[in-house]
Amino acid sequence: MLFEEIRDFIAVQFGAEVIVSEHTDNLQPYLVLDTERLAEVCLELHDNELTYFDFLSSVTGIDNGPETGTVEVVYNLYSIPYDHSLMLKVVVPRNTNAGEPIPSVPTVSHIWRTADWQEREIFDLVGILFKDHPDMRRILCSADWEGHPLRKDYKLQDYYHGIKVPYDNHNEYSGFRGEPVRLIDPEEPFTDKRAKPEA
Amino acid sequence: MNIPQDKTGEGGVVITKLDDLLNWARLTSLFPMGFGLACCAIEMMGAYASGYDLDRFGIIPRASPRQSDVMIVAGTVTFKMADRVRRLYEQMPEPRYVISMGSCSNCGGPYWEHGYHVVKGVDRIIPVDVYVPGCPPRPEALIGGFLKLQEIIRQETIRAPRAVQQIMARRMNNEESLMNNDESKVTNGELEMNPLVEGNDEIELKSQQNPTA
Repeated sequence: MLFEEIRDFIAVQFGAEVIVSEHTDNLQPYLVLDTERLAEVCLELHDNELTYFDFLSSVTGIDNGPETGTVEVVYNLYSIPYDHSLMLKVVVPRNTNAGEPIPSVPTVSHIWRTADWQEREIFDLVGILFKDHPDMRRILCSADWEGHPLRKDYKLQDYYHGIKVPYDNHNEYSGFRGEPVRLIDPEEPFTDKRAKPEA
Repeated sequence: MNIPQDKTGEGGVVITKLDDLLNWARLTSLFPMGFGLACCAIEMMGAYASGYDLDRFGIIPRASPRQSDVMIVAGTVTFKMADRVRRLYEQMPEPRYVISMGSCSNCGGPYWEHGYHVVKGVDRIIPVDVYVPGCPPRPEALIGGFLKLQEIIRQETIRAPRAVQQIMARRMNNEESLMNNDESKVTNGELEMNPLVEGNDEIELKSQQNPTA
């Protein structure tokens, strides 16, 4: 099926309002779906004999940054028997300031098992919660890590379990200690060989 | 029945210093703990295998920290792994040594700036004796690191055991920092402005050497 056919199929099955917007001006056209109805659309696309999207190629979480104020999740579906593919997106508001709720998207892990760990990874790194996910916890960072590292406004924590996190000149002092530290003359730390001699 | 005597014609007595004997025994049977963290571990395995044959130095990997003398931190130490590395080190009996193998465990390597998940040098967790540079270091470099470690062990003496010295140094550092609390604050402030002044370097050294103390 072509992209237009799949779009019409979704519109007929669920009504035109389920498709928030449609982008065909790029190489890989995509549909932005209503977030709340994502799971039922995906289930139909997976089950229906006409589409039969049996393979979820990837799930991607994107943080659009605090200026845009949205995060999005991209689903790349593929049908092995029909050899057609479809890109779906959902866009949800971002919790830029403290106190705002964490963005949440319905899970598709009950449709494609591969989404299970991918959604956990997105939760870990981008901070998007997947509703009704059976095991929504961090997958890569340690369980007590602070923040979601792939957020645009992510700030490193200073210490983790007493270990300093950011790079500093620690290694300048803690490295090879076999010879005494040779101190450079503070008057002239680096002579600039290119500097012109004063007349 | 005294066969060695008959064979060598010597007295059967070897005179040596106890220090030398102990050091010789230690440096010729360095048992590293068998664990690797990343691609450096592949080079480490290459060094163990027949091509480079670390066994000829008496280096045989052990499966338990309680039987090991040296820990080779071969690879990227993530914060998730940091607690485990520290615990494994603490489970090793004294005297224990650490070889930091590769850029990642030396200083964070390619992850030094944007790698939120990487400990910027394993020496922030455990004290390191030998740093082996490389990304990853070739087996020859690791062997070089072991030879360097053997040199360190050769200098040791039972009159001043390393473990006791480390404990004493830590205790003295703590006392000093307690006594000179106000002073050290002032000198640290100066240090930021001019890190090349000689007097302050020692304080900086002490405060940075052992972050876990």
